[in-house]
Amino acid sequence: MSMRKFVVAVAPAVLLVLTSPAFAQQSPNLGKPISPEDLVSWDISIGPDGTGLPPGSGTVQQGEAVFAAKCQACHGAKGAGQPNDRLVGGQGSLPGDKPPVKTIGSYWPYATTLFDYIRRAMPLNESKALTSDEVYGVVAYLLNLNGIIAEGETMNAQSLPKVAMPNREGFITFARGK
Amino acid sequence: MTEMSRSESEQVAGNGLLHRRVFLAGGAAAMGAGAVASGAGAAPLAVEPWMKIPGAPFNGYGQPSKYEEKVARTWASAPGTGGTGSSRTPHHLLNGTITPSGLHYERSHSGIPDINPDTHRLLVHGLVRRPLVFTLDDLTRYPMESRIAFVECAGNSGGLFAKQPANANVQAIHGLLSCSEWTGVKLSVLLQEAGIEPEAKWVLAEGADAAGMSRSFPIEKALDDAMICLYQNGERVRPSNGYPLRLLLPGFEGNMNVKWLRRIKLTAGPTMTKDETSKYTILLPSGKALQFVFPLEGKSIITHPSPGLTVRGAGLYEISGLAWSGYGKIAKVEVSADGGKSWGLAALQEPVLSKSVTRFRMAWQWDGGAAVLQSRATDETGYAQPSRAQLIALRGDRGIYHNNMIQSWAVEGNGEVKNVYA
Repeated sequence: MSMRKFVVAVAPAVLLVLTSPAFAQQSPNLGKPISPEDLVSWDISIGPDGTGLPPGSGTVQQGEAVFAAKCQACHGAKGAGQPNDRLVGGQGSLPGDKPPVKTIGSYWPYATTLFDYIRRAMPLNESKALTSDEVYGVVAYLLNLNGIIAEGETMNAQSLPKVAMPNREGFITFARGK
Repeated sequence: MTEMSRSESEQVAGNGLLHRRVFLAGGAAAMGAGAVASGAGAAPLAVEPWMKIPGAPFNGYGQPSKYEEKVARTWASAPGTGGTGSSRTPHHLLNGTITPSGLHYERSHSGIPDINPDTHRLLVHGLVRRPLVFTLDDLTRYPMESRIAFVECAGNSGGLFAKQPANANVQAIHGLLSCSEWTGVKLSVLLQEAGIEPEAKWVLAEGADAAGMSRSFPIEKALDDAMICLYQNGERVRPSNGYPLRLLLPGFEGNMNVKWLRRIKLTAGPTMTKDETSKYTILLPSGKALQFVFPLEGKSIITHPSPGLTVRGAGLYEISGLAWSGYGKIAKVEVSADGGKSWGLAALQEPVLSKSVTRFRMAWQWDGGAAVLQSRATDETGYAQPSRAQLIALRGDRGIYHNNMIQSWAVEGNGEVKNVYA
């Protein structure tokens, strides 16, 4: 093939590869597709609107029993803290110049974060071992201790995202120079 | 030219700060001559045992000299835990810009997982056309990039918010900063392969550690310079820094550079994880808190001299330290020896890289009197590091995170160096 013929024949093809979405196929493409069912065990994050919350439910009373057995040694009776983080109280302590008391009740903006974090990370020495019912129960108990839900309430995928956290409006999205 | 007049002609700021060229040919000869003349002669030279017998045999992986054992991290862990907390880099005992991998700072939320690389997987899913799973072998075959980048914990230097200056050194105050050469695969390549849905605006990154540490970041960062790192300083990422995979978000607060990365999920909005709501938000005096404060601002610290490095008598010294910005390159570093009354421009050691650590150096003729050393970085966006008073005026002193105020070291007449507020 003469050079002129090569340019005429091949150049448009090269251009096409460089400019079309097909260019992405230059990637190694070694990832293996996985079905939604097969990734469920890892897809444990919960969105603030409740996306990802599993079936199941827990009451304040059920949560109290789980807390006493699995949480209290580190977080104190009724979540009062010591030796590790305090989980209750502190509402009203955020403004001013005194040390703030940041807890679920005073600081956390979304109740869904409680389910997400407790399920993935707690108890520290055996995370991801609580059942969904147990997590819902502990969440209900902690919300009740903070005066956010009543003693008779049940937490589940429908009720948890609707919980109004006291500090829900306490955050400002950062913008540099403002 | 006499020594004194040369010294005066090289002055760039008060209390003995000199242009660094005094260390270069000509300047060094003139200044150095006086030092030799004033000191006692050296002792006769000994022929040591190691000069006469064969040394140690080869070994598979080298270690520092046994005389360097004090060059080590220090750490604190939460009550009842062994690996939930942080360890700190001893910057006063290091020089250059690259932190040795074994001295890189650590922040772990449930210890260091013992991950088998053969069974480790990276899942990319959420708002993508096809969820994908990658093995480490897969990722090793991808085109890689290297970049030198700092990683700094958002809580680094938080101790400077204390009402009274702590009796602490640069490791205790500023040791949650390190800098490495990172090598890996651009996150954007994997996302393109999975196919990004138009609604995808945020990315959740999650670790395989027992805490399942997770953070959200805007997809713009994923498509810009986010990298999935396999190598740190030429070797596989150390377990304490995320083996076998670590997310690098250059310039963003350390917590977001998720270690032991197992999952990337594209989402429409931030997931509002524990670490982007209850932690890593900056509480202001108003009671409101700043959220999603991602890049770390321009900052610098003097590492030499600093507490523990006693200045040994009047004479010529090099002041040096580290400067960095999560927004780009360092444009200049100024140094003061009189508590901020006057400033001189430090020399920047090449290479000066974006979102990396830059070492600065300056010459100092210490007269043996009291001095307060400070450094002030300005980055390429024009942002200048604030004083302690300026930062507290802006955000109060309860914020914990993103403390980039100017550090003051007092040099006392006996040569001891102390953390002070000035």
